[in-house]
Amino acid sequence: MNSVLYARRRLTDRVFLLLSVGAAGFGLLWLGLILYTLIVQGFGGLSPKVFTEMTPPPGSDGGLLNAIAGSVIMSFLAVLVGTPVGVLAGTYLAEYGRHTRLAGAIRFFNDILLSAPSIVIGLFIYEIFVINMGHFSAIAGASSLAVIVIPVVVRTTENMLLLVPNSLREAGTALGAPMSFIIRSVTWRAARAGIVTGVLLAVARISGETAPLLFTALNNQFWSSDLGQPMASLPAVIFQFAMSPYDDWHRLAWAGALLITFTVLALSIAARLLESKRN
Amino acid sequence: MAGIALETYGTYDRARTVRGFGRGDARFRVLTLAAALLVVAIFLGVLAALIEGAWPAIKAFGLPFLWTEKWNPVTEKFGALAPIYGTLVTSFLAMLIAVPVGIGIAIFLTEICPNAFKRPISIAIELLAGIPSIIYGIWGLFVLAPFLQSTIQPWLIDVFANVPVLSSLFEGPPYGIGVFTAALILSIMILPFISAVTRDVFETAPPMLKEAAYGLGCTRWEVMWHVVLPYSRAGVVGGAMLALGRALGETMAITFVIGNAHRISASLLAPGTTISAAIANEFTEALGDLYVPSLIELGLILFFITFLVLASAQLMLRRLEAAGGKK
Repeated sequence: MNSVLYARRRLTDRVFLLLSVGAAGFGLLWLGLILYTLIVQGFGGLSPKVFTEMTPPPGSDGGLLNAIAGSVIMSFLAVLVGTPVGVLAGTYLAEYGRHTRLAGAIRFFNDILLSAPSIVIGLFIYEIFVINMGHFSAIAGASSLAVIVIPVVVRTTENMLLLVPNSLREAGTALGAPMSFIIRSVTWRAARAGIVTGVLLAVARISGETAPLLFTALNNQFWSSDLGQPMASLPAVIFQFAMSPYDDWHRLAWAGALLITFTVLALSIAARLLESKRN
Repeated sequence: MAGIALETYGTYDRARTVRGFGRGDARFRVLTLAAALLVVAIFLGVLAALIEGAWPAIKAFGLPFLWTEKWNPVTEKFGALAPIYGTLVTSFLAMLIAVPVGIGIAIFLTEICPNAFKRPISIAIELLAGIPSIIYGIWGLFVLAPFLQSTIQPWLIDVFANVPVLSSLFEGPPYGIGVFTAALILSIMILPFISAVTRDVFETAPPMLKEAAYGLGCTRWEVMWHVVLPYSRAGVVGGAMLALGRALGETMAITFVIGNAHRISASLLAPGTTISAAIANEFTEALGDLYVPSLIELGLILFFITFLVLASAQLMLRRLEAAGGKK
């Protein structure tokens, strides 16, 4: 028996396992710290005024109403456009394309878009919308968000449709139903919870997106529901307020940050619950 | 929909109904195909729009744009070296921290963690990925940067003051904001991507291999290091590349804490800039015929770099999937 070797091996084992416990602690520590600051600072800035008043000039009272409304409007439009496109494209990949080369290529480009830098998407929309319209607009902002929604929905839709057992499709075919009918009333229905999960995740993803909005929707200090004009959004307002030297703007930025984070966390938890219910 | 067709046709004409089915089928198929092709069109559109937008800058500066450090909006002389350097350095440092820690988390989750805590802890780590980057930015600016400025950075400067090479890496006044802070924030942001992919591939390692190693008397660490990790190497590398792709393109968090200075400093504590931070900071204020095109050309370079990284990550992970399918 070589007890020195054994002792050394046991020590290495202990040290590295301890390090990996430390790694998990490291990750959780950051989450805890960030949430803690958000809650302390965010609740400090939160008041009913945040939901009822417009963004103020520095030094006076105000809220975030126009920014909240802008974020909701643009996210809604983005999902409205992005979801059908994403679901249909995902359906093609899972039902018609599956093993074809074309589908493989589409899948590849979709995965690239899924992780492409969102600021580049912003530049793309700037080139095709803002330059042609001559000014920044909510439409351009919503389009840039839609471009971010599409790949997320495509990916989850395809994955969820692939989980639907083939025997369901075969049963439909045996009854003489055409394929489009089977897709719409059998596979889509079977995968519904999963597809909704994907849409929720996409909403979570865009509700914090800032970079593509900076030069598409720009920002707006006042209330605006005109889609052809610049529109405020929570992330853009947070960016502007946090980078400013004014304390009351900082407080509003923290309140906005708290709102966004809780929206996003609530959405991802809802998505998770939906997913675990399905399993 | 198609189901009611049989009743509405009155006297049942089989041929007509089947023809109707066929037409509806073809229409639906074309519709889904069009949506799928739209994805490719968007990708190509992004590329085309960036090239078109950057064209004046490409024509004016040519290839030397890539290795020119000067960035002067007044004289309209632009070069991309500082932002490219900043992007690569912050991402590299972030990977240096996030890869070992991410793998550590995956080992903890698959081997050490009691079953009852597995789910909550992995969900908590994944929540880190869900927090929007602007939140990391505001937190980094108001909490992390002042903290680093008053504690860790002066300490680093003191400790390495007399060590060659390292002293120039950690030199100068502790600004708080700068390359180091940006890299640290970035590493937290990509951590969940690495740990999630790594955990998934660790779990695909066949229990028989692990049991065989345990049977030979291996310790848990030896099993991880000599059996599980080599088995899942391709997946770990693929996951890390995916995270690298994210890190390269990350914008808002970095914009807050990097200081936006177009210069290359040896010191990691000095302010710098990255491609995405430069675009986010300067785009709406850019005037002149070459300023905006130069920023768009930066975006084009970023798109190109991330494309290379993400594409190789995809290929790697896909080959892995294909190999898994054959078993």
